[in-house]
Amino acid sequence: MATPATGVDLARAIVIDPTLPADWLVVAPSILTILGGAICLMARKNTEAQPRVAILFLTLLVLACGGLFVHVLDKGVVNMVMGRWLPPFGIAFTADITGAALALTASIVALAAGIYGAVDIDTSGRRYGFYPFLLLLMTGVCGAFLTGDIFNLYVWFEVLLISSFGMLVLGNEKEQLDGAVKYAVLNIIATTLFLISTGLLYGLFGTLNMADIAIKTRESGLTGPLASIAVLYLLAFGMKAAAFPVNFWLPASYHTPRIVVSAVFAGLLTKVGVYALLRIFILLMPQARIALTDVIALVAIATMITGIFGALAQTDIRRLFGYLVISGIGSMLAGLAIGTTAAVAGTIFYAIHSVIVMTALYMAAGIMHSMGGSYSLRKLGGLYGASPAFAAVFLVLAFGVAGLPPFSGFWPKVILVDAALATGHGWLAGTILLTGLLTSIAVGRVWVFAFWRGGAEGTVDGGAVALPAADPVLTRAAVWLPLGVLLTLVVLLGVLPEPFFQISGRGASGLVDPLGYVRAVFGGSL
Amino acid sequence: MRTVIFRTIAPYLAALMVLFSIFVLLRGHNEPGGGFIGGLIAASAFAIYGIACGVAAVRRAISFHPMTISGFGLFLATVSGLPSLFVSQPFMTSQWLYIHAFGVEVPLSTPMFFDIGVYFVVVGAIGSIALGLEERESD
Repeated sequence: MATPATGVDLARAIVIDPTLPADWLVVAPSILTILGGAICLMARKNTEAQPRVAILFLTLLVLACGGLFVHVLDKGVVNMVMGRWLPPFGIAFTADITGAALALTASIVALAAGIYGAVDIDTSGRRYGFYPFLLLLMTGVCGAFLTGDIFNLYVWFEVLLISSFGMLVLGNEKEQLDGAVKYAVLNIIATTLFLISTGLLYGLFGTLNMADIAIKTRESGLTGPLASIAVLYLLAFGMKAAAFPVNFWLPASYHTPRIVVSAVFAGLLTKVGVYALLRIFILLMPQARIALTDVIALVAIATMITGIFGALAQTDIRRLFGYLVISGIGSMLAGLAIGTTAAVAGTIFYAIHSVIVMTALYMAAGIMHSMGGSYSLRKLGGLYGASPAFAAVFLVLAFGVAGLPPFSGFWPKVILVDAALATGHGWLAGTILLTGLLTSIAVGRVWVFAFWRGGAEGTVDGGAVALPAADPVLTRAAVWLPLGVLLTLVVLLGVLPEPFFQISGRGASGLVDPLGYVRAVFGGSL
Repeated sequence: MRTVIFRTIAPYLAALMVLFSIFVLLRGHNEPGGGFIGGLIAASAFAIYGIACGVAAVRRAISFHPMTISGFGLFLATVSGLPSLFVSQPFMTSQWLYIHAFGVEVPLSTPMFFDIGVYFVVVGAIGSIALGLEERESD
């Protein structure tokens, strides 16, 4: 590079040290997904090639996120500043264990959805851009998990939001447009609030770099303006995460799109909101979180209870699972309300579990629809007779989401209940346990009606009704492979929780104590 | 809108606007201008041509579907950030190449390619919306 001689000490403005190729892993997820999305967009008419290109790039994404995760576990927080301007002025990508672990989980889920979509999305859906949207959605999701700049976080939220609009209306049905309008309006309000609070935060501290903000809030303590900004952030991300009482966009929209789109949304979107809440309230503004503990705890309890009651009342399995997503968000918020390292670890673990199990449940719902010809619990029945193996798979997922041992939902709930009792939040602990019980009833109901009962509503006990001819897609490996992978993860998280305890524990301590994060961004001088 | 005067002028006007948009795009590094505003000017050129001579004529003239142009722009803009990988610098660090041709120094740089990418994204996206809206009206 030919830099004109100016007599200026460049080391004060730009990064002089050479960047290691391994550090590129922190931006690789965003680059790969944008490139893949752009190629799929150019090949929009070629509906045969699109899934192949997309699955190739999603596989590369999983590899990149896996590499990044190993790198972060090994070397600690990885930082890269775009265009090598020194932080806080350059836009930083900063991956810590929490971000890298969630990005890895999200990329696995996206790959599973990409494979499942090869069957579920028809030619017209592909022409309208399912694969470009999926890849660009992942750009937004991974970018949000890995960025170290709060305005950049807003940009990634916007990227994933716009892609999700596109995925939501794929098919252009009346019901979908209705769901999309509710979804879009509420999410745009939330994003605008996020932008306003970020503007206020910039006005207060003069910086957008997260590590820099983390230092400045700790120096300033809790002031009036900071508390107001924190409340605005809580509202904005509460909407994104589908927390009570600003969560009605979720049940209004999650049952309308193609099932694989619902699976991706249920797995990823709300969890990005939870991640942002963790980032803001644990890393950036711990004082504000302490002041808001009671509010967050009440919101968590209300979210859990309304979510699970909603699930109990539904007969459409897609809506029912949508309410299960909400009650899970309540459990994650409980960890945020408690705020100790152990509780935050519980939230991270729960988020990983929820991403996997909710996507798997929606995929299972798609298979149930292919087998039984309906999403309604009134019309489903006799699926056990159709496929006992699939009935067992569903039961595992149901146990997983209800938090029954030995599957994935058990351990995060153990951590959260333990952390709640240790800090005197008996109400939170009780609600988490009650929600677990009610979740077992809700998913048990699905199991009894759809699998155990002989046929549709009104079938006499012991009777059996012939199922409609099974959809030919059920013979395709692309339906079963992604579900199998996610199922394996659900079992693995439950049977071998030790590594996940360590990962979420280390991730949580990295958020609670920002020293490592700040050092990685600003070098050893602090 | 299909008056004789407008229909006669529109192709020349559109050609001039596309030319001007490229001028604006290239001067953008150091002076007002750049990929976004250049793309907007080019997209309005296509819109004017579409109003005067019909959307089908525009689609023929630009050969590719506007969304394909967008996709290409996105690809180009992303790739323009990659060369810094080979000189151990972070993503999006600008790389410069000074070429001497015919006694003139031509500075080539990665930000320029990024700007060209933005230009195509804007041309494709805004052009797609404009042509879509015009098509509805003519039905």
